[in-house]
Amino acid sequence: MAGMTLASARKALEARKISAVELVEAHIGAVDSLDGQLNAFITTSFDRARAAARAADERIAKGEAGLLEGLPLGIKDLFCTEGVRTTAASNILRDFVPPYESTVTANLLKQGAVFLGKLNLDEFAMGSTNLTSAFGGVTNPWRREGSDAKLVPGGSSGGSAAAVAAGLVLGATGTDTGGSIRQPAAYCGVAGVKPTYGRCSRFGVIAFASSLDQAGPMARTLEDCALMLEAMAGFDPKDSTSVDRPVPRYTEALERGVRGLKVGIPKEYRVDGMPPEIDALWEQGIAWLREAGAEPVEVSLPHTKYGLPTYYIAALAEASSNLARYDGVRFGARVPGASLDALYEATRREGFGEEVRRRILMGTYVLSSGYYDAYYLRAQKVRTRIQHDFLAAFEKVDVLLTPTAPSAAFAWDEKPDDPVQVYLNDVFTVPASLAGAPALSLPAGLDRQGLPLGLQLIGRYFDEETLFAAGRVMEKAAGFTHRPAIVAEGLA
Amino acid sequence: MSYVIEGRTGAWEIVVGLEVHAQVISNAKLFSGASAAYGGEPNTHVSLIDAGFPGMLPVLNHECVAQAVRTGLGLNATIHLESRFDRKNYFYADLPQGYQISQFAHPIVGEGKVLIDLADGGQREIGITRLHLEQDAGKSMHDQDPTRSFIDLNRAGVALMEIVSEPDIRSPEEAGAYLRKLRQILRYIGTCDGNMEEGSMRADVNVSVRKAGEAYRTRCEIKNVNSIRFVMQAIEVEAARQVEIWESGGVVDQETRLFDSARGETRSLRTKEDAHDYRYFPDPDLLPLVISRDWVEALKAALPELPEAKRLRLEAEYGVSRYESGVLTAEQAVADFYEEVAKASDPKLAVNWMLGDFFAALNRTGKSIDESPVSAAGLSELLALIKDATINGKIAKDVLEAMVETGESAAEIVERKGLRQVTDTGAIEGAIRDILAANADKVAEYKSGKEKLFGFFVGQTMKAMKGKGNPAMVNDLLARLLAE
Repeated sequence: MAGMTLASARKALEARKISAVELVEAHIGAVDSLDGQLNAFITTSFDRARAAARAADERIAKGEAGLLEGLPLGIKDLFCTEGVRTTAASNILRDFVPPYESTVTANLLKQGAVFLGKLNLDEFAMGSTNLTSAFGGVTNPWRREGSDAKLVPGGSSGGSAAAVAAGLVLGATGTDTGGSIRQPAAYCGVAGVKPTYGRCSRFGVIAFASSLDQAGPMARTLEDCALMLEAMAGFDPKDSTSVDRPVPRYTEALERGVRGLKVGIPKEYRVDGMPPEIDALWEQGIAWLREAGAEPVEVSLPHTKYGLPTYYIAALAEASSNLARYDGVRFGARVPGASLDALYEATRREGFGEEVRRRILMGTYVLSSGYYDAYYLRAQKVRTRIQHDFLAAFEKVDVLLTPTAPSAAFAWDEKPDDPVQVYLNDVFTVPASLAGAPALSLPAGLDRQGLPLGLQLIGRYFDEETLFAAGRVMEKAAGFTHRPAIVAEGLA
Repeated sequence: MSYVIEGRTGAWEIVVGLEVHAQVISNAKLFSGASAAYGGEPNTHVSLIDAGFPGMLPVLNHECVAQAVRTGLGLNATIHLESRFDRKNYFYADLPQGYQISQFAHPIVGEGKVLIDLADGGQREIGITRLHLEQDAGKSMHDQDPTRSFIDLNRAGVALMEIVSEPDIRSPEEAGAYLRKLRQILRYIGTCDGNMEEGSMRADVNVSVRKAGEAYRTRCEIKNVNSIRFVMQAIEVEAARQVEIWESGGVVDQETRLFDSARGETRSLRTKEDAHDYRYFPDPDLLPLVISRDWVEALKAALPELPEAKRLRLEAEYGVSRYESGVLTAEQAVADFYEEVAKASDPKLAVNWMLGDFFAALNRTGKSIDESPVSAAGLSELLALIKDATINGKIAKDVLEAMVETGESAAEIVERKGLRQVTDTGAIEGAIRDILAANADKVAEYKSGKEKLFGFFVGQTMKAMKGKGNPAMVNDLLARLLAE
């Protein structure tokens, strides 16, 4: 089963070379043997997975296989799953078992996917290191050459990226608010897609920042991501921001090629202090696309430099309100208090970790009377400018190419003490989130220390197909076959 | 008619604006499919959305939007084709999401007006500032347990219309008239049942006082007053409190107060300093609400006749007085009942009987017009019997009473009891002659100038005829026989 992908496993199941039960058992075995080192799972649901695998084999035998029939996936623990604990990696939801299923996971189940369990993340998806989880940090399966230092997998979908990279699952769901799919995908050497805002339903996904949150697939290839996204996406009347338009067959767009495509290179993404290897990889990416018949064009996204502050104001304002419901009254952890206010204070002080508390405070501040205009309102205005930057660029080009992150994965103990330094990780991913535009990251090469680096493609609204086509060209050119230090032999 | 408070330093006028929270009549809540019905065992009308569970999202109920638009049209107000929902953030145990979804910056309905009817028969126009949609909160119950509070979320998420008036109200009476008129309009349109006891209509009352010609002084807001009478009382005592403060050289603080109806006073709830900072911002879970001009026009076309229009029409069509049209249109069902009776019998007779004996009978039996033991057709039949002189007015009163009691028709009662009016001249003349013969002394007095006795002879004759004599004929014949 060397170099297995979602697509290859699907073919093997179809051809009856392997059964879903065997496939799922192999992955359960990988989780059992490797997750002790990674901590990618918060909760496993192996019994359910085994039952689902048996049912999948029956459907395959009857010729009723769904798009993802019998394929083992991991679910970021931000998606509510009926009857399976859903924590958002927070103590405040440590024992929360939802009586409902998110639309995205329901869509995957409908297509026969098998869930091995719930994957670790930064608490409430707030972070880019996966170190803020109340269930412990996730270790990146990659190592620097000649070093045993534990590296971060990126965040917030760090458990998803690590599990996919190490071969514990064939694919995983992620959510991306400011880069939470793309940055960990880059750090762990996997592919990840953040679709257009509104493409995947947010119903049943625990909210961080409603106007930015978007679910997407993470897998080892773009073809796998395309397969998963076909199942995940779609209009949902239960989410008023979901968009009612047909879901294309993304897998059919993969081999379209890039001949005649104009690829924008945003000059503002050449930031000071970026490692030369990342610059070089970016140039390499441009060359790959040019060789395949695309035309690189320099474009300007003049408001890029305001992206980070705008994002942190908009996202945290929404988060401060979205997280108000975790009050210890109706569900989740409760720490008793002598009065209602005391109950709130104790519950939220103990239930939320430091980063979540920091963000709630900042979000509350920017919405406060007297500061609203200077922060929240101004951020909304700048956000509109940033959207216009993209719209203007897409009048000239079909897709934008940038690095995914300004660095490779760093060690747990190298995490800067200054939270703002951590926020800088999102510098390349945040603008597309603010614009609501689709974007993906694919593994494109290794740095000098042997760590994966990602390149990002940003597309027009609802034009994920062009992203897949351009990404596939680069994926083939890059021929990224490197494997991490911790990996399930034969599965990845 | 102007209402003033005579203080030590002169006359004060009061300035009042009302914010009315009216619960929208709808099957489901504003953003969830849970039932919006009143009552029910605690926490039985609650969806996961209402309870603010993780990952749950609001989906707007368009019937509630239609109700708000209808109400706006009924208030002669501007309808905003684009409006927006904001979050009003605060923590409370019966507010599951930690915020209320409301329309702060961009309400669905803008400026309008309401004509109120004053006791002297005049009318005044009260401006409407805006109407917006918002969610209701749940209910905290503090009396179920010595140490704990219980929460009932049945009401959480039910749609409310907040209807804000301009500070145009100048007396407690006007406030009462405004609330009655508003409730009447809402009931006509069918957008709120206006039931203040069940809390489906509540008012926040803004009160300030000033000397004539002054700009507005500081106002206080009295929260959640739940009857028209209490609103009027609250204004009166709050205005008096403020006059006392100003006249003692003090300053009225802007604050939120509660009305204690048992003690007849208002009390401070919170001052401006510890007012909430609600951190309003657009709800990112909801798109801006965009409605079409055509849709609004269709709702407008389907709107029922509103009270003022109905009043003017009844006056023109049936010749009822201004006062009568007011009473008849107070409730839509009364007006409908009246029109049915007026068309089937006689409009003048109909209004006299409805406002008189018919309403008296309803009051006596404690029934509403919808539960009336006498139908419009039944009353029409009775009035027809009067009109064609089958019975006289006095007998008709007894017949109506019997109809209320037995449910029989007027004709059945008249036949069974033999109440048909006597119009046979011979019979009447015979009865009169007997009376005059038996009261020779009185006849003598009458003839010597004591003409007041005429009424006595009428009464005696009617009594002898068991009330069935035709009154006009009795009068005529008596006059002729006394002149003999």
